[in-house]
Amino acid sequence: MFSWFANPLRFMRLSNWLAPLCYALAVLLIGWGLWQGLWMVPKDDYQGGDIMRVMFIHVPAAWLAMASYMAMAVMSFIWFIWRHEVADIAAKSIAPLGAVWTAICLATGSIWGKPTWGTWWQWDDARMMSVLFMFFLFLGYMALRASMDTRQKAARAGAILAMVGAINVPLIKFSVDLFTSLHQDSSVLTADGPKMAAVYLWPLLASGLGHTLLFAGLTQTLMRAEIWDRRTAQANAKLMAEG
Amino acid sequence: MRPAPILSAFRQALGEAWAGGAGALLPLGFFAGAAVLVPLGIGTDPQTLRAVGPGILWVALALSSLVTLERIFQADTEDGALDLWLQTGAPASAIAGAKTFAHWLAAGLPLALLSPLLALMFQAEASTDLLRNAALYALGGLAFYFWGGVGAALSATVRRGGLLISLIALPLYVPTAIFGALSMTHGPGSESAPLFLAASTLFALAVAPFAMAAALRLAAD
Amino acid sequence: MRRGVTEPLLSANGLGMIRGERVLFTGVGLSVAPGESLVLRGSNGAGKTTLLRILAGLTRPEAGEVTRNGLHHWFAHREGLKPHETPRTHLGLWAKAWGSDSDLDSVLVQMGLKRPADVPARYLSAGQRRRTALGRLLLEKRPIWMLDEPYTALDAEGRDLVLELIEDHLKSGGGMIAAIHGESGFVPTNEVVL
Repeated sequence: MFSWFANPLRFMRLSNWLAPLCYALAVLLIGWGLWQGLWMVPKDDYQGGDIMRVMFIHVPAAWLAMASYMAMAVMSFIWFIWRHEVADIAAKSIAPLGAVWTAICLATGSIWGKPTWGTWWQWDDARMMSVLFMFFLFLGYMALRASMDTRQKAARAGAILAMVGAINVPLIKFSVDLFTSLHQDSSVLTADGPKMAAVYLWPLLASGLGHTLLFAGLTQTLMRAEIWDRRTAQANAKLMAEG
Repeated sequence: MRPAPILSAFRQALGEAWAGGAGALLPLGFFAGAAVLVPLGIGTDPQTLRAVGPGILWVALALSSLVTLERIFQADTEDGALDLWLQTGAPASAIAGAKTFAHWLAAGLPLALLSPLLALMFQAEASTDLLRNAALYALGGLAFYFWGGVGAALSATVRRGGLLISLIALPLYVPTAIFGALSMTHGPGSESAPLFLAASTLFALAVAPFAMAAALRLAAD
Repeated sequence: MRRGVTEPLLSANGLGMIRGERVLFTGVGLSVAPGESLVLRGSNGAGKTTLLRILAGLTRPEAGEVTRNGLHHWFAHREGLKPHETPRTHLGLWAKAWGSDSDLDSVLVQMGLKRPADVPARYLSAGQRRRTALGRLLLEKRPIWMLDEPYTALDAEGRDLVLELIEDHLKSGGGMIAAIHGESGFVPTNEVVL
């Protein structure tokens, strides 16, 4: 089934209409979600008052931080086993986007944390810590790829690291949970999640889906750019070989 | 699988580690130096030092493992030894594991043995706890060396690879650092933490050699 | 096996290699039978070393396959010698790793390393280091020799020594593949030009 997607030509044809569609839906969903979230729904004083509205960006970003790393690891695995070039291009394209959304998650979490916890950074919050290490995993992946001298080597090194990182994520998560559970005193957001009122649920879901579609659209655009880049390089190499 | 090539790789790595200038003294000096800087930075209040001492030693251990590992596979790619090891017919994972273990033995274990002395400087009470902690530093150090080895193997062909190793290895060091520091406290959860530390070290020993092997084949390619 | 037809020690067909976007070579086929020598030729950067590494199994080719019938010795410009190793400890280490029981002293004498036998490699000259690495070929009898620029950093005497070793090896039914840029000093059975 993977090999059907593995054909760059087929990917180019598919993403030609799928990427714009993702963008259009993303604008609608994020727009509606933010309009609802920022103006329509009532504020929740227990979650810090108006500042809780940052949730409509923070929660989708947190979801994408986790999901994008897993997507990158799965793509790396597919490339490592079957050597489908499109899977490597996907992994390479997901990395910077994943890092950006992870950074958004950290920044919004920090902004939310200041009025509620009284601090910009809460070492005792397991999720902030996990997301921070996620951010480092993304940075390491990008730095490693960038330091390899050919794209084949970048693909191999990146795939090895992404897989090593992925199998370590559960252990990191577990250790961080253990670490924070012993210091727990001030976490406003309990482990089983804030009690979610139904008025927040729909805007949040819309926003989450919108962010996911935006991520998917941007991934496709980056992948298209990478495919064009490789085509150009191949054409140049051919020209040079012909003298 | 004949064990002879693996033993030879171990022997060569051990020789290399000892011959690197001052032998085990160099990482020891780094370890002690990094730890001794801390009181200069945070003040000399005995209460504070006693509280942060074990954690500082974990951080210093992690840092010195990174500094030690920077060259282990890079030198092998540069002098051609890697090519020879990959052609012995022995599994590359076993070779990589043997080399990493040798470097832990030459540089990591001495750090753990020195830790009681440094702990005393950090105002710890002299007790058998210090020896127990030394064993925990040795155990956790092994995990640092193996995950650091993955970073070192991946950046074996990269100039200025040391910075890259740190970035790659840092998230992988998290469980060991947490379990290790936790197992030296006396709060809740500190009884089970040594077991978690042992488990995460075993996990490193089981997984890291295969990642190193894949990375080394890439470095030779 | 019929008479006169010998199984090749090494054969490869359809080898192709890409580095970055550059196609180094495609459709390279070759074979080496007992007693045969093969020289890889080509200008700098043509891919001689890469091809040799593919034949040794160090580099994965983009296309094609290699079949080796037997073990091989590897001797390249990076000798694999650690700065702290002496010729004696280096050869001893590899003899142990390969499980060979050849007499180290006679190998050292044959390679002209009797005097610097116990000097660490960081004090050896380039030529002495090459001779040490070359000594590995004598530790164990292996049917295939792969040599990458075997004459680099060797003096005239060293060159003659290499030629002598190659001649003995071929005479005893071994095969050899060498990447040589300049003059080979012998008449190879086959040549591959990249």
